[in-house]
Amino acid sequence: MKKVFSKLYIILIFIFLYAPIATLIVLSFNKSKTRAKWGGFTLKWYSELFDNQVIMDALYNTLLLAFLSAFIATIIGTMACVAISRMHRAWRTFFMGVTNIPMLNADIVTGISLMLLYLSLGMTFGFTTILLAHITFNIPYVILSVMPKMKQVNKSAYEAALDLGASQPYAFFKVIFPDLLPGIFTGFLMAFTMSLDDFIITHFTKGPGVDTLSTKIYTEVKKGIKPEMYALSTIIFVVVLLLLLFINKKPGKKDNA
Amino acid sequence: MKNKQKLLATPYFFWAVAFIIIPILMVFYYGFIDSAGHFTMQNILAIASPEHSKALFLSIRLSLVSTLICLLLAYPLAMILANKSVNQNQFIVMIFILPMWMNFLLRTLAWQTLLEKNGVINSVLRFLSLPTLDIINTNAAIILGMVYNFLPFMVLPIFNSLSRMDQDLINAARDLGANNVKTFCRIIFPLSLPGVISGITMVFVPALTTFVISSLLGGSKILLIGNVIEQEFTQASNWNLGSGLSMVLMLFIIISMIITAIFDKDGEGLM
Amino acid sequence: MSNRLIDLIGINKSFDNTMVLDDLNLYIRENEFLTLLGPSGCGKTTTLRIIGGFETPDSGKVLFNGEDITSLPPNKRQLNTVFQKYALFPHMNIAENIAFGLKIKNKSKSYIDDKIKYALKLVNLDGYEKRMPNQLSGGQQQRIAIARAIVNEPKLLLLDEPLGALDLKLRQDMQYELIRLKNELGITFIYVTHDQEEALTMSDTIVVMNQGYIQQIGTPESIYNEPENAFVADFIGDSNIIDSVMLHDKLVSFLGKKWDCVDTGFGENKPVDVVIRPEDVVLKEEGAGTLDGVVSHLIFKGVHYEMEVMAGGFEWLVHSTSMFPVGTKVSISVDPFNIQIMNKPESEDEEAVHIEE
Repeated sequence: MKKVFSKLYIILIFIFLYAPIATLIVLSFNKSKTRAKWGGFTLKWYSELFDNQVIMDALYNTLLLAFLSAFIATIIGTMACVAISRMHRAWRTFFMGVTNIPMLNADIVTGISLMLLYLSLGMTFGFTTILLAHITFNIPYVILSVMPKMKQVNKSAYEAALDLGASQPYAFFKVIFPDLLPGIFTGFLMAFTMSLDDFIITHFTKGPGVDTLSTKIYTEVKKGIKPEMYALSTIIFVVVLLLLLFINKKPGKKDNA
Repeated sequence: MKNKQKLLATPYFFWAVAFIIIPILMVFYYGFIDSAGHFTMQNILAIASPEHSKALFLSIRLSLVSTLICLLLAYPLAMILANKSVNQNQFIVMIFILPMWMNFLLRTLAWQTLLEKNGVINSVLRFLSLPTLDIINTNAAIILGMVYNFLPFMVLPIFNSLSRMDQDLINAARDLGANNVKTFCRIIFPLSLPGVISGITMVFVPALTTFVISSLLGGSKILLIGNVIEQEFTQASNWNLGSGLSMVLMLFIIISMIITAIFDKDGEGLM
Repeated sequence: MSNRLIDLIGINKSFDNTMVLDDLNLYIRENEFLTLLGPSGCGKTTTLRIIGGFETPDSGKVLFNGEDITSLPPNKRQLNTVFQKYALFPHMNIAENIAFGLKIKNKSKSYIDDKIKYALKLVNLDGYEKRMPNQLSGGQQQRIAIARAIVNEPKLLLLDEPLGALDLKLRQDMQYELIRLKNELGITFIYVTHDQEEALTMSDTIVVMNQGYIQQIGTPESIYNEPENAFVADFIGDSNIIDSVMLHDKLVSFLGKKWDCVDTGFGENKPVDVVIRPEDVVLKEEGAGTLDGVVSHLIFKGVHYEMEVMAGGFEWLVHSTSMFPVGTKVSISVDPFNIQIMNKPESEDEEAVHIEE
């Protein structure tokens, strides 16, 4: 009885979370241009999608931003984790406190604070300003993924490696780095996803002419979203879903959900 | 030798100073000056004006309600999850990571389609001969959008603190005579409090400060404090007023951060 | 003998298709100190958890004073548990921890206060009421866990490896303390451990378990001196276990020699195992005993010397107060009374004994 209730509850939450996603997928096959009406099935938006230069540019910007910001944040963040774990309490508190600011602060405040910084430095708003902003809010995700792994690292193994004659960098890459790798990987993926899904901070740090998918959609809201957008979102979603299913189906992992 | 490793934090140190600390200080700087560069408290006091305070109170009200709904929905979910009746990793990916790959704005917009007078939900309700919902462009729709977007932020910290709980503590309470209700009230809930508190912060702060959800689901008539600030920056170009109002928002954020820090000394509840 | 307090009848339990307990039958008398002893994975903790109510058996019954409590939840059982890692509630101070069970039973404040005082005195921690659990050492937390359980005046106290996390010296002190407590309180203890020394020191009755089966039930003396099979002999202390043939009553043959013994009733020419404790092996001058050999190892152990003697193709473990240097030719002799004959294990499972730790 309890189990039935649990399953039912989970199913309801899933419906709540996935109903809009299902709606968008349905809309991508809708012949009618408006969201409100079902005009019959079509694949037109999928074929037109790749000819839509504006959407393709936004997609390119979004992916490039996500990759670059996640990559740079992963490097800076991982280096910081190694260092922070060896610091005295006061410094560690300082770094972890600073790391928590973008995590806990409202996106709108992070966005406007960076906008004010760029303005007073006289920077031109464009791809670079967005990239800098994305790196800034991505580093905390990397640190929060890597730091727990850093705490689990076997210090004696590292010391044993040094004792056996390994140089410090060699011991680091042979002994500590492999332990951190899962955390680094999670951090990178989190950062990539966060960058991809961000709208608010991008909204305040972008310049005219440079758009990500999010900002493009926001400007289209008033005029009506182009159905190609639904098609593109559906493609991205399905690709990621298949990728995740593929990873989960790897031998040794049972699928019992 | 050890100092060499500490130097690895140098890039992050400069990055954090340049892109986290200084920008926050800039907000304070702009918040305290007028357009001519003179010191003023006007930007902050502007929160007391009727239109600003109305937006602020509406924001507080809606975000409190949606935080409460999130908590009520998330706690049972986190408990079911912590009892291992489902594959946990997969579940977390399913509720948290996967939806993010469908753009946040589009996901929220899709609720319009679902909520419309002749939309999917009302068709289902009509089919079941139930009264239809007419909440599009109302506060209720905004609350729904908040709950929808921020629910995972409530589930994860609670789930973390529940799943880390020593099962023997619960067994001990039962062993000492506590029934299910008492075990929950005296042991499980108090011990999950760090997770609950950080969940509340992680929902309340973005809900309080959002401008996207209100402009997508509330029509153009409902203004939250986030919308006011956004307009000051992007349309009115009154950065000083925007900064001043942001500082008022930050006050709320700082209060909730302090509360979180008090309850969650080890940073356990965070993701 | 006094009443049976707990009766376990035909208990079966498996997890994920792995059999943990197979048709277990066991009773515990009132006022007994009973120890479930065995290697990890032998089913001892599962047995305890079934008595405590944290697991339900797949089949079989648990009787408490003759009453079926198999499906009774833990909060309705008149027994209390001391958990392996103490399980003190971290958000409550010591007094609140101890008062937990009493508050649920709606006892008066003055009764509760008295009980807290009494219990803290009993475990030698007077004045610790206001401390938090994380301010206490492992040994102190352990005592609080015991105090928290006994204030509820249970008829039965279940202890799940309660001393496992303590260091050697503290463990020995706590062993005496537990015996004292048991005698003062006059309640029944069921104690789970993998430490044979602990079991021998404290128990009235030891139940040796392996792979879900009870191997032997008996007093510490009988378990040590008369192990019923090779597993028990091997698990309880060091021993020499040798393949043998029982020629007839009171005569056994192993390692090419015939030895007198005192056992009867095994039949004629029957394969058996012989157990000889290392302290029962007597070393004599070459030719003076039953079997000649050479000392191959020698270690000084404080109270005695530990030697290994190669004799008859078997490496004998010998404990002796006299020393024979490596290479000395010696002769082995064993008092017939000290030769313990055991039946060969019946199933292969029982033979495939793997002892962890």
